[in-house]
Amino acid sequence: MTQSPTIVWIPRDAAARSVGADDVAAAIAREAELRGETVTIKRNGSRGMLWLEPLVEVETAEGRIAYGPVGEDDVAGLFDAGFVTGGAHALHHGPTESVPYFANQERLTFARVGLIDPLDLADYEAHGGLKGLRAALAMTTDHIIEQVTESGLRGRGGAGFPTGIKWRTVADQPDGEKYIACNADEGDSGTFADRMLMEGDPFTLIEGMIIAARAVGATKGYIYLRSEYPDAIATMNAAIAIMEDAGWLGTDIQGSGTDFDLKVRRGAGAYICGEESSMLDSLEGLRGEVRAKPPIPAIAGLFGKPTVVNNVLSFGTVPVILAEGAAHYKDFGMGRSRGTQPFQIAGNVKQGGLVEKAFGVTIRELIEDFGGGTASGRPFRTAQLGGPLGAYVSEAMLDTPMDYEALAEHQAMLGHGGIVVFDDTVDMMEMARFAFEFCAIESCGKCTPCRVGAVRGRETIEKIMRGDNAAENLVLIEDLCELMTDGSLCAMGGLTPMPVRSAIRLFPGDFERAGRTAAQ
Amino acid sequence: MTGSTAEGHGDMVKAICQRHGNDPASLIEIFHDIQAELGFIPEPALTDIAQAINRSRAEVHGVMSFYHDFRRQPGGTVTVKLCRAEACQSMGALELIEKVCARHGVTLGGTSAGGVTIEPVYCLGNCALSPAALVNDRLVGRVTPDRLDKAITEAAS
Repeated sequence: MTQSPTIVWIPRDAAARSVGADDVAAAIAREAELRGETVTIKRNGSRGMLWLEPLVEVETAEGRIAYGPVGEDDVAGLFDAGFVTGGAHALHHGPTESVPYFANQERLTFARVGLIDPLDLADYEAHGGLKGLRAALAMTTDHIIEQVTESGLRGRGGAGFPTGIKWRTVADQPDGEKYIACNADEGDSGTFADRMLMEGDPFTLIEGMIIAARAVGATKGYIYLRSEYPDAIATMNAAIAIMEDAGWLGTDIQGSGTDFDLKVRRGAGAYICGEESSMLDSLEGLRGEVRAKPPIPAIAGLFGKPTVVNNVLSFGTVPVILAEGAAHYKDFGMGRSRGTQPFQIAGNVKQGGLVEKAFGVTIRELIEDFGGGTASGRPFRTAQLGGPLGAYVSEAMLDTPMDYEALAEHQAMLGHGGIVVFDDTVDMMEMARFAFEFCAIESCGKCTPCRVGAVRGRETIEKIMRGDNAAENLVLIEDLCELMTDGSLCAMGGLTPMPVRSAIRLFPGDFERAGRTAAQ
Repeated sequence: MTGSTAEGHGDMVKAICQRHGNDPASLIEIFHDIQAELGFIPEPALTDIAQAINRSRAEVHGVMSFYHDFRRQPGGTVTVKLCRAEACQSMGALELIEKVCARHGVTLGGTSAGGVTIEPVYCLGNCALSPAALVNDRLVGRVTPDRLDKAITEAAS
C-alpha cells in the first residue's frame, strides 16, 4: 500500500533555528521512520510568530495546521496525537492563517514568507513571484518609475524618502555606469524584517532590484549584507545563483535587453555602515566613513556614479506594486504614509514577532493586541521605536498611530519599524547613558559633534548618576544634544539625542534619583 | 619585515586577493576570507594585501582597524558574540553577560583558558527571542548560561 507523504513545514529561518528548529526537524524525521509514517519535511521561512517558534505546520485537507512552540521532546507526543492529520494536541493552534496574530495582518511585502520554500523558484512563481518583473519588462522605464511613485512607497530603511523620486533622479542622469545598492545592514536593535525577508523570500528582493536596474538603466548591483547574518548571506548567495541559472540575472534577461549582475558583499560589524554614504564607502573597500552631502548618491554614489540606494524592504515591496498596480498598494495606509509596514515587536514582550500592517495601526495595538504585553508579566514602562536612534515613548503615547508624520509630531520616529518593549525595571538614565555609549562605540569618527559629543555625553550622564551637580549637568546634556542634532554629519550623531531627550522628557524621575540618593 | 608567519601565509593571502581579482573594492571580503582561514589577520598579511591590490599599507591597515569583525590576534576555537543592544538588555542581557564571563573566567573581549572567546555584539536580528548570541556562525535565542554552554560544546566538537 502506498500512502502519499504528508508534507511537514519547519522553518529554516535563523530565529527558528536559534530555538531548535533543526533538532525538531531531525526528531520528526527519526520518529516518522520509526513509526513507518511517510513524511516529507520542507523548510520554509518563518511566519513571523516568533514566540511560537519552532512552529511546525502540517499540510492537511483543511490547509496548513500549526503546532508550536515544538521542542524535540514534544515530537513523539505529536505523533501519538496524530498531528500528521492535524490531530488535537496542547500545542495545536488550528489553521496557521486563522491564528489571530497572523489573520489580523495585511501581508504584501511578506506575502510569501513562511508560505514557500525560499529557494524553490517554481514555488515562488506559483505564489505570484516574477509577476511584477514580467510586467516591468513589458513597460517603458518611465512607466515603471511612475508606478513606483504613484504607489506612494517611501524608503523603508528609516528616512522615508519617496522611492519613485529617488529612482527618477538616477534615471535622469546621463547614460553610463549606474548602480543599484541594497542596504541590508540591518543594525537597529529590535529589527529583523530584512533578515526574515532575505531568509524567507530572497527572490523577491532580487526581483525588486532587477526592476530598479531596468527602470534607471543600471547594470550592476550589490547587496551590502551585515556579517552578523550568516544564514541570510548563505540564502541570498544561493538565491542569486538560482536566478542566474534560470536566466533572471546576467546578460539580456529573458530577451528583454536588460543586463544586470548582482553580488552580495558582507559587512564587517560596523553599525555606521547602515548609513547610506558610509555603506557606499564600505562597498568601495574603504573605511565606512560618512560622506558629506551633497552630492546625493542618486547623482554621485558608488564609485562616484549615480546609484539607487534602497533598503531590503523597499526593493522587496516593488514586485507586488508592479504586479498588482500602484493603486492596490496605495489603498493601504493613512495620510502620506501609504501601503504597509512590516513592524517588528521585540524585547520584553510576550508574543514577539513580525506584524505587517497598513500604516495607522497604533503602538498600543502592536504591543498589547499582537504582543500580549510584557514577557516578564510586570507592568509596561516604555518602548523604543525605530532602533537605537529612535525615541522612547511613554504609556500616554501608546494610542499614537504608526505613521511617519504622526510619530514626528510626538518627537518620535518610525525608523525601520522596530518596537522594543521594556517593563518597569528599566532605568531610563541607564538607557540614556547607553545611547551615548553606543554612539561612541559606533561613530565613524569623521565629524566632531558625534565623535567627541558621544563620549562627553556618556561621561556627563555618569556624573549625574554619581549625584555630581545633577541639575547643571542636565542642562549641559541638553546643550550637547542640541549641538549634536544640529552639527553632526549624519543621523548617527544627529539622532543619538532622540533617545536621550525622550528619556529625560518623559521619565524625569529617573534622572533625579541619583541626586536624591546623594542628598539623603 | 617578513617573519615566518608572512612566508607561511603569503601564498594563501595572495591567492585570496587573486580570487577577488586583486580588486581594492573587495578589501573587506579579502579580510573576511583570510580571517576564515587563520582566525585573525596577521600583521605581515597587510603588506601582501597592499601589494596585491595596489593600495598603501597604511590604507589597508586603516580599513582593517575600522571594522569590529577583524582580529589582529588569534581568538579561541569558539567565538561567542553576546548581544548587548537594547532589545536584549530588556531581557536581562547585561546580567547574562556577567554570568557567562564569570563562568568562563574572562572579561568581555577575552579568551578563556578553554579557548572560548567572548565578544560583545550589537544586534543579531533575533530581538523577539532575546537575549541572543552567535556561537561561531550559529544563532542562539532565549539564551541562558546552560543553553549557551550546550551550544559552545557542540561548536567545539
